[in-house]
Amino acid sequence: MGLRDTLFGRTKQVAPNLDNLFALSAAALTLESELDLVTSGQGGLCFKAGSGESTITTDDDIKQLLDFDETNNKVTLSTDDLGFKWLVVSDPDLEALITRIHAADTSMVEHGLGPRLLCAVFGFVPKSPPGEGPVRLVYLMKQGTFYPFAPTGATQRNNELELRVRSFLSTDLPIEKDLTRWMALWNLPVN
Amino acid sequence: MAKTKIESDHGLNVRMFLTGLGLVALYAIIVSVMLSLGVSVVFVVVIAGAMIFCQYYFSDKIAMFAMHAHEVTPQQEPRLHQIVDRLCLLANMEKPRVGVSEMDMPNAFATGRNPNHAVICATRGIMQRLNDEELEAVLAHELSHVAHRDVAVMTIASGVGMLAGLVSRIALFGAMFGGGGGRGRGGQNIVLLEMATMLISIIIYFIAFLLTMALSRYRELAADRSGAILIGKPSVLASALVHVTGDIGKIPRTDLRKSEGMNAFFFAPALAPGTAANLFSTHPTLERRLDQLNKLEKELNG
Repeated sequence: MGLRDTLFGRTKQVAPNLDNLFALSAAALTLESELDLVTSGQGGLCFKAGSGESTITTDDDIKQLLDFDETNNKVTLSTDDLGFKWLVVSDPDLEALITRIHAADTSMVEHGLGPRLLCAVFGFVPKSPPGEGPVRLVYLMKQGTFYPFAPTGATQRNNELELRVRSFLSTDLPIEKDLTRWMALWNLPVN
Repeated sequence: MAKTKIESDHGLNVRMFLTGLGLVALYAIIVSVMLSLGVSVVFVVVIAGAMIFCQYYFSDKIAMFAMHAHEVTPQQEPRLHQIVDRLCLLANMEKPRVGVSEMDMPNAFATGRNPNHAVICATRGIMQRLNDEELEAVLAHELSHVAHRDVAVMTIASGVGMLAGLVSRIALFGAMFGGGGGRGRGGQNIVLLEMATMLISIIIYFIAFLLTMALSRYRELAADRSGAILIGKPSVLASALVHVTGDIGKIPRTDLRKSEGMNAFFFAPALAPGTAANLFSTHPTLERRLDQLNKLEKELNG
């Protein structure tokens, strides 16, 4: 924010950074070889729906905007208990998953909803269960960085595993350096 | 301390004694500087004494307030109370009051002017991060602070530093307004003298500060040791330390969607994180603490 914005108490809306999303496909190879983790076949996009923003306020509007294809049942739209909307995409192929999430992002940005985007989440599960439990890679839209989130219970997370994921992926992915930003996402609709 | 079953470490005692001795020597220097300046000794001592006394007497309230902590009953926090009960029986100590701070930052502290007015407090963050055994180790460490009367010790130690700070401020005042007129023979000399006193006081304050921090680090090591001996498992305290300090301690439990001020939406960092290196830390490094606990583990098993 510039001096004038500070003086007048204005907050500029921050545009999302989508460029780094595609780095995930290379990182997935490392995840599989080093930590035995493969895609869970689900990815999600989390955003805050606002009122009065152009005309897109209802679920139907969003569905229309994102070219919803309900016939194959691969995409769902839900609202979580904290009032955030989740667009969950299911596809066993990670590349396709990333492409679809990116397409949804882009289309939201085109309709002026970019500042409303919070994060994208990609699920990873052990290739040979139970393993060490699932890991989600969270992509912070505004920062353009990833961080791992490995929940083990209602409000418990496996920090050791998360730090291990960081050590393996730090060359492949822009990992969020500030650990205090590795916020939890309890009760995710993305597996 | 004598009646409790927490054993002492001689090397640590010697180092603590030397640090204390350094502080006393500094105190003597300060008093002589003050007298040579001719400031009203009574005034300085009364002010400094009152401040130190308040800090000491209300230590429990100040710390609880600063950490947003509140006292809890056994009904509200049965797990915490059970652990403290057990440890107090083990150490033959009077049970302190128990408090909880709603902060997500993993931390625990013990405060209060004496064991009868002690409060032992844990944050919500540490209770979520640690299992029962690790939490017990951390609380044993905090109970050792109570048994060692660390609030009293550190208040006295930091009191000396405060006194030095006062002197330097008075000297500064004197240098600016006192000898300004240059009346009489030694006008110039008095100004120079007071400037020198000021400089010396600042250096003294700095050294006193370093010594206080060193003393604090020794007290932490002593509490680590006593706590580990009390539960008989230094490795558990070591694992608890690893879980609450360093990288793991920084990872939050707060939900991204609930993050304060919607940082994730409107990203403009006010402060660059991790730039302020902790040069004058009140706690020893994690390596040092783990090292000591490792040795202790060998001693206990050997």
